[in-house]
Amino acid sequence: MTQNDHQPRTDEAAPPTAGRPGLLDVRDLRVEFRTRDGIAQAVNGVDLAVTAGQTLAVLGESGSGKSVTAQAVMGILDSPPGFVTGGEILFQGRDLLKLGKEERRKVRGAKMAMIFQDALSSLNPVLSVGAQLGEMYTVHEGLSRKAARGKAVELMQRVGIPAAEARVSDYPHQFSGGMRQRIMIAMALALEPDLIIADEPTTALDVTVQAQVMDLLAELQREFTMGLILITHDLGVVADVADTIAVMYAGRIVETSPVHQLYKAPAHPYTRGLLDSIPRVDLKGQQLYAIKGLPPNLTAIPPGCPFNPRCPLARDICRTDLPPLYEVAPGRASACHFWKETLDGAR
Amino acid sequence: MERGEGAARKAGEPILEIRDLVKHYPLTQGIVFRKQIGAVKAVDGVSFDLHKGETLGIVGESGCGKSTVAKMLVGLEQPTSGQILYQGEDITRLSGRALKAVRRNIQMVFQDPYTSLNPRMTVGDIVGEPYEIHPEVAPKGERRKKVQDLLDVVGLNPEYINRYPHQFSGGQRQRIGIARGLALRPEIIVADEPVSALDVSVQAQVVNLLEQLQDEFDLSYVFIAHDLSVVRHISDRVAVMYLGRLAEIGTDAQIYEHPTHPYTQALLSAVPVPDPEARDRRGRILLAGDVPSPADPPSGCRFRTRCWKAQALCAEVVPPLEVPERFRDSEGPERHDSACHFAAERDAVGSEQDERGGCPA
Repeated sequence: MTQNDHQPRTDEAAPPTAGRPGLLDVRDLRVEFRTRDGIAQAVNGVDLAVTAGQTLAVLGESGSGKSVTAQAVMGILDSPPGFVTGGEILFQGRDLLKLGKEERRKVRGAKMAMIFQDALSSLNPVLSVGAQLGEMYTVHEGLSRKAARGKAVELMQRVGIPAAEARVSDYPHQFSGGMRQRIMIAMALALEPDLIIADEPTTALDVTVQAQVMDLLAELQREFTMGLILITHDLGVVADVADTIAVMYAGRIVETSPVHQLYKAPAHPYTRGLLDSIPRVDLKGQQLYAIKGLPPNLTAIPPGCPFNPRCPLARDICRTDLPPLYEVAPGRASACHFWKETLDGAR
Repeated sequence: MERGEGAARKAGEPILEIRDLVKHYPLTQGIVFRKQIGAVKAVDGVSFDLHKGETLGIVGESGCGKSTVAKMLVGLEQPTSGQILYQGEDITRLSGRALKAVRRNIQMVFQDPYTSLNPRMTVGDIVGEPYEIHPEVAPKGERRKKVQDLLDVVGLNPEYINRYPHQFSGGQRQRIGIARGLALRPEIIVADEPVSALDVSVQAQVVNLLEQLQDEFDLSYVFIAHDLSVVRHISDRVAVMYLGRLAEIGTDAQIYEHPTHPYTQALLSAVPVPDPEARDRRGRILLAGDVPSPADPPSGCRFRTRCWKAQALCAEVVPPLEVPERFRDSEGPERHDSACHFAAERDAVGSEQDERGGCPA
């Protein structure tokens, strides 16, 4: 990690991926779940790229495959029933899917770390937070327990937990939701990873606490020049922190774009529908725009474009031909046959 | 009514008047000899009116007591003290038949459509169950028909009457919960976070449904949520709760455009705006620390431990919920009830200044 390799926040002149070696390159990732009710195609050919210091937001509703993608990258997919059936996960040039279990474990934690949504159920309730934070150092770096405890206190101070020295022996239930999420962040940061995957890190928190936690995450990311994958369904949080966005639907990326362009003019009808369904002050008193219908059942994804049954622009071709990711502009792509019309505001 | 006069804009007379509502949960020690050592002051003196046909939004963070208020309104919790006047009658003192009649008129829609529906009952049984308790609404022979009508009203296929909850998606389940709430033709529906568990695209469908039902059946809503933009969309008036008390109440424009209570201002400034262009322009107030424990709330103003304006007065005197003195002669939207000694306007959205609210504990 170089110190002054600080990625500026996206501006339109400089696409964030330009001229930078990839930190993470996911190519054509496929994951399926073999269940009693059939095979659920959870991830169907996803490409993602993150560079150091960049924030990629993966946006999607429940069942879109966003969390499964994250779990596959981390290597913590429940298997069975989940199986990675194809693709590559290139992390710093190495394909993680080709590594052995032990090698993979070393990457996880030391090089990439994950922050989960629900801190209370992700922390061990019968171990003090000091012991859990210290474990990172005793296991990965072979420190003594005493030294590890000292490191744990430092970490807790770094993430803004007041009176860290006194609270290091406390148990997770003794902390508030926001503080617990800070402990999760501390744990992810412990070994100074190059990539952090945050799966709905603030969804369980109140807005005032959410603002604190997101600020902390952004600050630490800048300080350590980490890549950050933020997995969320919240269009507001994405607008606040992301450089680029990948919108997922039924296990596919339907649109990927630098954040400013996407909010200005979405190139996929699904993205447009999501943006339009946010309540707006100037439209008070009117009906909210609602995407009709429901997300598809992953064991029976409709032929053609998976969004076609809910899409206001759907025509015959959409029911038969799966749209590829068309390049809309440099650094922008949309999996819609009618991306031009969508970009021009058709709905 | 001396209360809420600053916000009296809805023509309808109050259908529900809440006066000084209090709910304390005792904290006890000892097993054989239980003694009370304190109380969790979940709700500590809340007053407001609900007018006919209006939607009153209640916002606040977790633990502020908004759900406890909802439960007391529908009679799931007994208030420690205070009054809930429904058509002029205090329903907290009613019992037996009189209580049953009132309860018919105040129904609830719950947050989690996954746990609030019995997985072993069919949709028909769930939606029709209120008729078992209030058989006068629908004689036995008509119930099935009535349930099917209700399913149709909330946008579900009436043929699904024999299906079980697990066969439905989250949004559809919430529609089942709404149908059950409507079964007895209530006048008031208390909705506790009715769309929080739903995906964005489905959330809009349910919000639209609630609004459409309100027009159709002339319902009054108490709409509780933590999502401030949804609350603004659906509410005529909004009350902001903090640690068991109301901080501010007024019309949606008064609260969202002209908040005068520092907590409301901080809360609004923390809401992420779905517009990346606004990223650098917003003057976010970052509150220090966490919400204090309701078992041991601060003296005076509840918010003072996190407030950047707090002075000695705030620790001594509880600020009343009324139009602040400095705004009494004003005609503008800043004239509304706000429980702050130093109530003042701040342009909460898109402000130039960057007020970072660090405050000594």
